Amino acid sequence: MAIEAKEVQAIAHLARIQVDDAAVEGYARDLSGILDFVEQMGAVDTAGVDPMAHPFDATQRLRPDEVTEPNRRDHYQAGAPAVEAGLYLVPRVVE
Amino acid sequence: MHQNTVAEIAAALRAGEVSSRELTEQLLARIEQLDPQINSLITITAEQARNAADAADARLRSGDGGPLTGVPLIHKDIFCTDGVRTTCGSRMLEPFQAPYDATVVQRMAGAGAVMLGKANMDEFAMGSSNESSYFGPVRNPWDLDAVPGGSSGGSAAAVAARLAPAATGTDTGGSIRQPAALSGICGLKPTYGRVSRYGMVAFASSLDQAGPFARTAEDLAILLGAMAGVDGRDSTSVDHVVPDYCEGLNRSIRGLRVGVPAEFFGEGLDTDVRSRVEAALKTLEGEGAELVEINLPNMELALPAYYVIAPAEASSNLARFDGVRYGHRCSEPQSLEDLYKRSRAEGFGDEVKRRILIGTYALSAGYYDAYYRKAQQVRRLVADDFRKALEKVDVLAGPTSPTPAFDIGERADDPVSMYLSDIYTLGVNLAGLPGLSVPAGFSRGRPVGLQLIGGYFDEARLLNVAHKYQQVTDWHKQVPEGFE
Amino acid sequence: MKWETVIGLEIHAQLSTRTKIFSGAPTAYGAEPNTQACPVDLGLPGVLPVLNREAVRMAVKFGLAVGGQVTSRSSFARKNYFYPDLPKGYQISQYDEPIVEGGHLDIDLEDGSTKRIGITRAHLEEDAGKSLHEDFHGMTGVDLNRAGTPLMEIVSEPDLRSPQEAAAYMRKLHALVRYLEICDGNMQEGSFRCDANVSVRPVGQTEFGTRAELKNLNSFRFVERALEYEVERQIDLLESGGEVVQETRLYDVDRGVTRSMRTKEEANDYRYFPDPDLLPVEVDEALIADVRETLPELPDEKRRRFEQEYGLPAYDAGVLTATREMADYFEQAVSESGGFAKRTANLLMSELLAYLNKDGLEITECPVTPQMLGTLVARVEDETLSSRGAKDVFEAMWAGEGDPDTVIESKGLKQVTDTSAIEALVDEALANNPQQLEQYRAGKEKLFGFFVGQVMKASGGKANPQQVNELLKKKLGSSS
Repeated sequence: MAIEAKEVQAIAHLARIQVDDAAVEGYARDLSGILDFVEQMGAVDTAGVDPMAHPFDATQRLRPDEVTEPNRRDHYQAGAPAVEAGLYLVPRVVE
Repeated sequence: MHQNTVAEIAAALRAGEVSSRELTEQLLARIEQLDPQINSLITITAEQARNAADAADARLRSGDGGPLTGVPLIHKDIFCTDGVRTTCGSRMLEPFQAPYDATVVQRMAGAGAVMLGKANMDEFAMGSSNESSYFGPVRNPWDLDAVPGGSSGGSAAAVAARLAPAATGTDTGGSIRQPAALSGICGLKPTYGRVSRYGMVAFASSLDQAGPFARTAEDLAILLGAMAGVDGRDSTSVDHVVPDYCEGLNRSIRGLRVGVPAEFFGEGLDTDVRSRVEAALKTLEGEGAELVEINLPNMELALPAYYVIAPAEASSNLARFDGVRYGHRCSEPQSLEDLYKRSRAEGFGDEVKRRILIGTYALSAGYYDAYYRKAQQVRRLVADDFRKALEKVDVLAGPTSPTPAFDIGERADDPVSMYLSDIYTLGVNLAGLPGLSVPAGFSRGRPVGLQLIGGYFDEARLLNVAHKYQQVTDWHKQVPEGFE
Repeated sequence: MKWETVIGLEIHAQLSTRTKIFSGAPTAYGAEPNTQACPVDLGLPGVLPVLNREAVRMAVKFGLAVGGQVTSRSSFARKNYFYPDLPKGYQISQYDEPIVEGGHLDIDLEDGSTKRIGITRAHLEEDAGKSLHEDFHGMTGVDLNRAGTPLMEIVSEPDLRSPQEAAAYMRKLHALVRYLEICDGNMQEGSFRCDANVSVRPVGQTEFGTRAELKNLNSFRFVERALEYEVERQIDLLESGGEVVQETRLYDVDRGVTRSMRTKEEANDYRYFPDPDLLPVEVDEALIADVRETLPELPDEKRRRFEQEYGLPAYDAGVLTATREMADYFEQAVSESGGFAKRTANLLMSELLAYLNKDGLEITECPVTPQMLGTLVARVEDETLSSRGAKDVFEAMWAGEGDPDTVIESKGLKQVTDTSAIEALVDEALANNPQQLEQYRAGKEKLFGFFVGQVMKASGGKANPQQVNELLKKKLGSSS
């Protein structure tokens, strides 16, 4: 299945990755190539096969409701690109 | 002592024949001298290593040492280390210092192991050649023109070059076993859930598993014993008793049923690799194992299923790298969207972007059923094949990778040909089974690996078979030229 | 044309756990920014979610309370989108396998009947952080303290047919989660939030009209007003030949209107898929049985019991069981009074609620304790106090002047029940008003009340009115 340049831009937008026009064709070709071999899956009939999300059929182990994480804000924010008054800063969000 | 194994080093340390500090200094010097040739390390942690070695020596003197106390090792730079940067091979995390240790790092440190540095890797573990690292490709100590395999290429190359007796890695589709094979050492991918994933930068969460590299199966057994076990911070880690993996290493393999999947010997398998692996199987037969031909009918579909599931999970796992709380941020973002798009475009390399885009596409409206859901159904078929096969035999054996190490740059322009190098390994990740690669010879001077696959939590058996094989072969004792 | 309104509510109740749904960071409200956000909440690399057992138990408790099906296996999915207050780039939420399926809540309608509202599902999810749009040099600040706070989203069937029904449902649900002690219900702090799907259709039409989604209706009053406005808007639109657009609208509290959210309407593609970090959640019979043990008496049961056990009218029982705190207060007061439920209910509903309302207090903040109210009732019942005196005592207690006995003593409000003393006052009143006495005897019986008043006045309000009545009747009657 061939992916068009327009589709590449739509996917890149969903993934929030800037793709320059010059690179679009390359991605379109690569992605089309990957999809081509991925489509081999179509050859097998999977009707009625239960999708497998985890390697085995285990269930969730639960955690007691106890506070284990103290405030370590300074430590966690040490490498943050932009912080003020304990807040992470981002370009203004227009609601 | 750089040619010695973990077991030998540990014995020497406990006997007081050498101190951890001496050993650490030797290896740091060796790294300084030799690593520029292979680029296996992103960060060298000399100071921390010296401190840890001194602490280990104190423990050893007080008689409080365990099997890893004072033993130097290298962590793949995917494991978070408090106070030491964790780059994951990416510009995105070039300056990133995690405020915590990964459970694997914590356990190894707790056992007294000494971290010498952090190993180069394919960016975010996406690759089979270690060429996608932002910090440059790793070279194969056996042939500096060749790749070491990937994604844990730095870990494998460092151990092959005798820069450390052991290293950690992660394996999502073959990223421990394939570089172990291509670099001529041993690597073990444990059962999914055997080792905690906490603090390991996630690539594909339902496939990722951490494991050890070393030159012998015995060393893998020691290392796995220290890494394995349930972890309260990873609810997918399994609460299953951790056996003494060293205990059964010498058990006879007489009567062991070794399944040889026909699908592992089909089209695309290099003839040298085939003959080396067949010779290795003969050796196992010579030790009393019984070879049984077996089929994994859906094996061919493992690759396409993997290349939907892994990128899909990755597209979501890597969404957190958005330039807001840590990591790369583009300069002077004009808007929120600009911040996201440019930070991510600049921070991620091509292969990572490709996989994020493929994964995003596979999960998007209208395609989910055809790709993601279909891949999960195929995953079950592949897993069922393994399950059925392992009802008939004790282990499966075959090549780890279809070819020996290829040249740097050889497959860089063709993602699909690169993906083919994991064709024998990634089905094991889809099923969640343990797999091990052990050196089985050479092809034109480049190593070949034998892959052993076992049932869930049957690592001890894989280690036993590999150990018995290493008792009667000496591939693992050969040293790459220039790294004696 | 006659129109029918169709409303379904999605309510987000913040669960009262100590820690986040997937991390051990505290959930307390109002902390300094980002001081309650641990690596899991911040979405740092390599960290993993581990589900809070208490959040699961609370959801199970809710499922049992609304008669829903607690599913033996539920699972979490990732909802992928980029936003600064969403640190991982996805929200973990239950998608196609929620923990509770089905259930219902009975609401009271104005005509006194009840209506059963279906609950489609209730599922667990994590809350996002907050973006603060104050000006940081033209930047927005992000606080992730709230990120990862456990939420239960409760989705109703489109069974509500008016804004009033919607508000009644919301109140009922609010009371229920507080009864269950799974949510503090604090709407100012965002612990109980409501979105509404609303559409209209011509009466008799079976298919639904195009709906609008109203966001963040954070008080009972706003829900009703916003829905009224929106229903009106949709009907006007349709009657003037327009069409309702499927969209998200915000209620503007100041202007009392709903308006379209003007964010670029790009099609949201959330790319849901099962979260590979979280295995399916198993709820077995043992856990259900264990949670069932902790279920309190539910509002409807309590109300029925109040009617039967205390002989209260349905209306009173409804008011007194509206919140668990109110019901507990009432029962303590009744017990303290010696079992005089009706008078306790009257005093509570007339005096106490009026005072609470006037001072804007909750029952839990009431300066008059249940013990005090119960004693007051007892003093009326044992005739120490008149009803009139009870009001005075209540006022004094509210003002902090002490318990009933102290107030009665200090204000000298003890009722006079000594027959001879009252008789003397009656005689005096008759003697002092010969003219009125004559008129009464001439047939102007209305003047009876005048004499009662005179006696009460002479007693300083302390004479027992019943005794005054009896004695007056005897005296006036005997002479006629």
